[in-house]
Amino acid sequence: MGATLRVYKRRIRSVTATKKITKAMEMIAASRVVKAQRQVAASTPYASELTRAVTAVATGSNTQHALTTEAESPVRAALLLITSDRGLAGGYSSNVIKAAEQLTERLKAEGKEVDAYIVGRKGVSYYSFRERKVVESWTGFTDSPTYADAKTIAAPLIEAVQKDTAEGGVDELHIVFTEFVSMMTQTALDDRLLPLSLDKAAAESAESSKGEILPLFDFEPSAEDVLDALLPRYVESRIYNALLQAAASKHAATRRAMKSATDNAEELIKSLSRLANAARQAEITQEISEIVGGSAALADATAGSD
Amino acid sequence: MAELHVELVAADRQVWSGKASLVVARTSSGDIGVMPGHQPLLGVLQSGPVTIRTTGESGDGTVVAAVHGGFISFADNKLSLLAEVAELSDEIDVQRAERALERAKSDADAAAERRADVRLRAVTGVH
Repeated sequence: MGATLRVYKRRIRSVTATKKITKAMEMIAASRVVKAQRQVAASTPYASELTRAVTAVATGSNTQHALTTEAESPVRAALLLITSDRGLAGGYSSNVIKAAEQLTERLKAEGKEVDAYIVGRKGVSYYSFRERKVVESWTGFTDSPTYADAKTIAAPLIEAVQKDTAEGGVDELHIVFTEFVSMMTQTALDDRLLPLSLDKAAAESAESSKGEILPLFDFEPSAEDVLDALLPRYVESRIYNALLQAAASKHAATRRAMKSATDNAEELIKSLSRLANAARQAEITQEISEIVGGSAALADATAGSD
Repeated sequence: MAELHVELVAADRQVWSGKASLVVARTSSGDIGVMPGHQPLLGVLQSGPVTIRTTGESGDGTVVAAVHGGFISFADNKLSLLAEVAELSDEIDVQRAERALERAKSDADAAAERRADVRLRAVTGVH
């Protein structure tokens, strides 16, 4: 076998092995997307009922609460960024980090300090590489988040919101995550959780209940106490929902990235085998012409000696 | 007979839904019973058993669930019980709950003790 042919054969072998790996990763991601989507759907009843209840209290009573009223001059905002622990997901992490950067710029332009809270190793390494301050970070559960994870994340955030701004508390709470639109589309998106923008919550609940008017509620024990108990749960459930959507998006992004890697490997194998075939053909042609040439020279020699 | 629609949802799943004639739950200011046509209500639940008397298409009977914190909301003859953790009595592993209760007592872990106690009371039906 010729040297070039051997090189081609070796490259084909290595690309085939890579293709097998990416194909397997694609299949795993595909099955995980379905599971994550199911989890998102399972968490929806709780989230929508909770949103309805929050809207009911906030619109049905004149209660003033620290978590619903906007500060007159907000000076500090908390930003919760949800990324993934692992890469191999195309532009997934960089897209959501870019969205967070834009939000940070916007908040800074409005004259607010930004406190970063980060979920996922990718976001943490991005911030630590740039030596930026991170208030708190969590890693290790981004592939399949549980409600308990959402609670651990929500606790310090709620505490920061309730604290006085002068003592290091925050006036606003923003969340940046990747929304799972469909298998093919996932968009990085930022959202303000607190203070609650009631128009939006009302619109959401109107959507889910098809424009019904909320009745006047009787609160047990009192509107303030209900709101006190309700808002932290609301934040937790929103964070939980964001974590689940981010997980589904991550798996979908992985699937797509691995699919294009598999396709590229196939393409590469095809062109490499064309080259290998040409090299083999060239070798054969050369051998034949050498034989023909050799026998012609032999024939000439015998004819000359006669 | 009048009936109301009940949804019992935990943070990560829907636990039970159906028709009922009476729902009894424990709020922070005492037990509250909700029957069809009740005034719109929104209350904070304490951990404790929730009793649902089913009727209509859900069949006559009683469903008991252990609910660990959450909210009760009633409007338009629809009752929602929202809880971070909610288990139906027949999903509860009694032995495990008993073991948890023992362990909580020896560790003096009040929260865990209450959780296990609520589970056991939901199973045995002693309120």
